[in-house]
Amino acid sequence: MYDFHYHRPKTLADAVNLLKGKDEARPMSGGMTLIPTLKQRLARPSDVVDLGGIKELAGIKVEGNNVVIGGMTRHADVASSADVKSAIPALAYLAEHIGDPQVRNRGTIGGSIANNDPAADYPGAVVGLNATVTTNTGKHTADSFFKGLFETALSDGELVTSVSFPKAEKAAYMKFPNPASRYAMVGVFVAKTAGGVRVAVTGAGPCVFRVKAMEDALAKNFSSDAIKDIKVPADGLNSDIHASAEYRAHLVNVMARRAVDAANK
Amino acid sequence: MTAATGIGARVLRTEDKRFLTGTGRYVDDLPLARATYAHFVRSPHAHAKIKSIDTSAARAMPGVVAIFTGKDIADAKVGGLICGWVVKDKHGQPHKAPPHPVMAADTVRYVGDTVAMVVANSHDEAKDAAEAIKVDYDAKPANVDLAKALDKGAPEVHPEAPGNLIYDWEIGVKADVDAAFAKAAHVTKIDIVNNRLIPNAMEPRAAAAEYDKGTGNYTLWSTSQNPHVLRLILSAFVLGIPEHKLRVIAPDVGGGFGSKIFCYNEETMVTWAASRVGRPIKWTAERSESFQTDAHGRDHVTHAELALDKDGKFLALKVETIANMGAYLSTFSTAVPTYLYATLLAGQYTTPLIYANVKAALTNTAPVDAYRGAGRPEATYVIESIVSKAAKELKMDPADLRRKNFIPSTAFPYQTPVALQYDSGNYPPIIDEAIKIADYKGFEARRAEAKSRGKLRGIGFSSYIEACGLAPSQVIGQLGGGVGQWESAQLKFNPTGNIQILTGAHSHGQGHETTFAQLISDKLGVPMDQIEVVHGDTATTPFGMGSYGSRSLAVGGSAIMKAADKIIAKGKKIAAHLMEASVADVVFENGTFKVAGTDKAVPLGQAVFAAYVPHNYPLAEIEPGMDENAFYDPANFVYPAGTQICEVEIDPETGVVEVVNHTAVDDFGNIINPMIVEGQVHGGIVQGVGQALLENAVYDKETGQLISGSYMDYTMPRADDVPSFKLGYKVTPCPHNPLGVKGCGEAGAIAAPAAVMNAVHDALAPLGVSHVPMPATPLNVWQAIHGARAAAE
Ligand SMILES: Cc1cc2nc3c(=O)[nH]c(=O)nc-3n(C[C@H](O)[C@H](O)[C@H](O)COP(=O)(O)OP(=O)(O)OC[C@H]3O[C@@H](n4cnc5c(N)ncnc54)[C@H](O)[C@@H]3O)c2cc1C
Repeated sequence: MYDFHYHRPKTLADAVNLLKGKDEARPMSGGMTLIPTLKQRLARPSDVVDLGGIKELAGIKVEGNNVVIGGMTRHADVASSADVKSAIPALAYLAEHIGDPQVRNRGTIGGSIANNDPAADYPGAVVGLNATVTTNTGKHTADSFFKGLFETALSDGELVTSVSFPKAEKAAYMKFPNPASRYAMVGVFVAKTAGGVRVAVTGAGPCVFRVKAMEDALAKNFSSDAIKDIKVPADGLNSDIHASAEYRAHLVNVMARRAVDAANK
Repeated sequence: MTAATGIGARVLRTEDKRFLTGTGRYVDDLPLARATYAHFVRSPHAHAKIKSIDTSAARAMPGVVAIFTGKDIADAKVGGLICGWVVKDKHGQPHKAPPHPVMAADTVRYVGDTVAMVVANSHDEAKDAAEAIKVDYDAKPANVDLAKALDKGAPEVHPEAPGNLIYDWEIGVKADVDAAFAKAAHVTKIDIVNNRLIPNAMEPRAAAAEYDKGTGNYTLWSTSQNPHVLRLILSAFVLGIPEHKLRVIAPDVGGGFGSKIFCYNEETMVTWAASRVGRPIKWTAERSESFQTDAHGRDHVTHAELALDKDGKFLALKVETIANMGAYLSTFSTAVPTYLYATLLAGQYTTPLIYANVKAALTNTAPVDAYRGAGRPEATYVIESIVSKAAKELKMDPADLRRKNFIPSTAFPYQTPVALQYDSGNYPPIIDEAIKIADYKGFEARRAEAKSRGKLRGIGFSSYIEACGLAPSQVIGQLGGGVGQWESAQLKFNPTGNIQILTGAHSHGQGHETTFAQLISDKLGVPMDQIEVVHGDTATTPFGMGSYGSRSLAVGGSAIMKAADKIIAKGKKIAAHLMEASVADVVFENGTFKVAGTDKAVPLGQAVFAAYVPHNYPLAEIEPGMDENAFYDPANFVYPAGTQICEVEIDPETGVVEVVNHTAVDDFGNIINPMIVEGQVHGGIVQGVGQALLENAVYDKETGQLISGSYMDYTMPRADDVPSFKLGYKVTPCPHNPLGVKGCGEAGAIAAPAAVMNAVHDALAPLGVSHVPMPATPLNVWQAIHGARAAAE
């Protein structure tokens, strides 16, 4: 990696200040994506601001009908949280199926959604549950947060501080892992909340997306039969050595049905 | 002798203590004073002319000590890397041997080809400077697709090999085979690709070299499986450093699987440059460099046909293979798809006539060479795929068809039609045992139960044979091999009675320090903790050939036994003197020399002490000291054989294949340490399952970029990809080595791919699927199912 200045602030305000005005400064949460990028010399930040020392950013709280997860909360903590397990078991399940134990013990929800890897799992839950992303400057709805391939609504220096997930009446996540990386090749998050039914698909396209036709069908009849003939078009889906776009389109249907069945269990 | 540590005992691995506690010493761990660090500039193109290299900016960068380019190497008249096995084509001509420069001077031929070496005070500084080197390339069309590599008009990799053909080789008489096919009642045909694999040893390749100006001696530490052979190649062919002035040390090495047999550019460069730089140079491959530049394995495109009579007896086999050599001929590349492949095509069967034609092709990809099994997994995949397909076509039980064609136990030694003479074996009891362990009878019930859960269950057999324990030197010489294939051992007692076993074999994970010590514990009665196994250093061990081809025990262990016999013979003379008896009356039992029928006894330790403190000693007849050398050249290969049975379940909706049962019954001859053998079989099967379901080295067919160039895209098998294996053994001792042993290091990887793929095909047969390419990834399986459904509609 190239040399950079390393900072480990104790407060959010200090972190924001450290990042301000420096074009080439980067925040770091778990470093599970940033550090490999640095090691491969694919990024050359002037400064790395480690958010790991900021206590206010980590932790899980239940606030009314919502589970609020701090941006610095590790996947392992979400996976094992009694609050998450009881309020939204599908979210704990999702976190439990990210990467391997080392990655889960370092990687964070803030880093994951800020990075918006097309194959990441969390975007599925954020959109599937219609969560709200809170930053140091304001709030983003789930549908407006994820913009495209590795692209979000975050502006320069804006930090994810927490994500608020509404509790679900029924929800499940079904992941078809990429055989090599075990990121999501196709991941479908299905949820029935007070706000309605959502079907969010990650891994299959350049960015998480919803399948409206499935949502409508499930709103009428929340059963896998209701969506068995709803196909998503292969056009625009990812295609690589592990899965063609057609195969991914097919898997979206299979994973969606399995998610509905799991949610109904 | 000592039951707890002798032959047949499950002794825990001595070396594991240091490996598991992080105290192993690998090349990269070496503390070398004043060390510099090398980094290589590599070609981003699969095929390009180098128009110019500008190193001026890089030379001015901080910490840079030296920069060398291909031109510097050419100017210094450094030799090219060699291919050590001359294969003669079907017209008797030696294979085409295009040059293999240590560093590319005017043309790069694969992504990762070395273009320049930067030496700096730190690795980061070397990398910084490497980025400042400007290489101006003129990109040329690349020859990447093996199936089309020999087509007219394919881009030419080397002018010295017109049409990219290294050799067009054959074995067997085509006319005889054709005549047999004309009379066949049934012919089964297959078209298969043996997928290309990347070795992925846990420790990446590394080299460190030091030059001692005072003595003119070089020392190279390398992750080598065979340090003496590496030294020989570097001395005699590449660098011209006299052998006695070059010491090669291969310390702890973290896995090789064949990929560390060969002589590579980087270790050559590091050695060459050490004297020019005047400071030690260290280099350790990054993982992406390993992906791009370790010699890859397999990569065959094959058409095969099997002729059978009306009863299912095999009449003849015809095989046509194109084998990928990559962009340059690696050290033993030419031998793998010929003498290690086509000579195995008889398998366990009496097939009387076999013809194989192998064309070796150059492509703009990394060199391809021996990888765990080397040629034999490819042969097994051909035979066992076609036999299972024939059974399906003839509606015969796959086990019955195999049994019907097995070489009978009474036929050994058995001369195959493809050069090899199998020394021993008894195949029917092996398959019977495998069938019993796998509960083959209960399979249809399990299939039905799986169906009720929506899963397709299939079962597959693979009855393999392999030739290993490389090898009788004269045979190797006749076949074009450039080296001897014996092994050496030295048994060096110390005056206090402990002993060093110095072996020419090299352990890079196999557990020699335990197995070899067990041999001596058993033979000489020396406790394990009094035995030290020394390997991997040309300055301390006798010249040896190293470890590959499952040879360490069969050849290296045999050398140790020969040396032990010399120890006993000498000890008898000393003991006879001490006991005032005649040598002829002395026997050696349980570590003690005795005179039969008396209570006279001299423990070995006492004889050893007397040899070093020869105050009461027959100095007129024998020399002092207890230090014996032996070289063992085997009379034949050894022929392990076995049957694996794999059971898979397939999710027809997603194409996911799960291995749910896997049985292996092997005949490895006598077994020294069953625990170590199990480990070898487990690891081998996992690698075979990896090849069958997961691993695939994929290059972009146009650009030649390695797409599966990291673990993001290259699927290594993980523990949760496989079930617990069920193992069994049948023993027919090898008749020609003193231990009666065969090799076990490669068998798992040789047999497993066909077993898994046959199970996959069995599972999918009800859907009308006739072929799934290997690896049977979810995508490939889904596409096969999809294709069959579309065809049916
Ligand atoms: C081997 C491996 C396997 C993995 N498998 C999976 C998987 O199966 N599924 C999956 O979803 N993920 C997977 N990941 C990714 C991992 O789970 C993390 O989610 C991911 O690396 C990002 O989180 P992080 O905390 O490590 O972020 P970092 O690496 O620290 O940062 C990532 C990016 O986000 C920015 N950033 C970090 N924090 C913030 C913040 N609070 N606000 C704004 N920007 C921020 C950084 O500047 C950087 O650009 C895997 C990673 C590895 C190494």
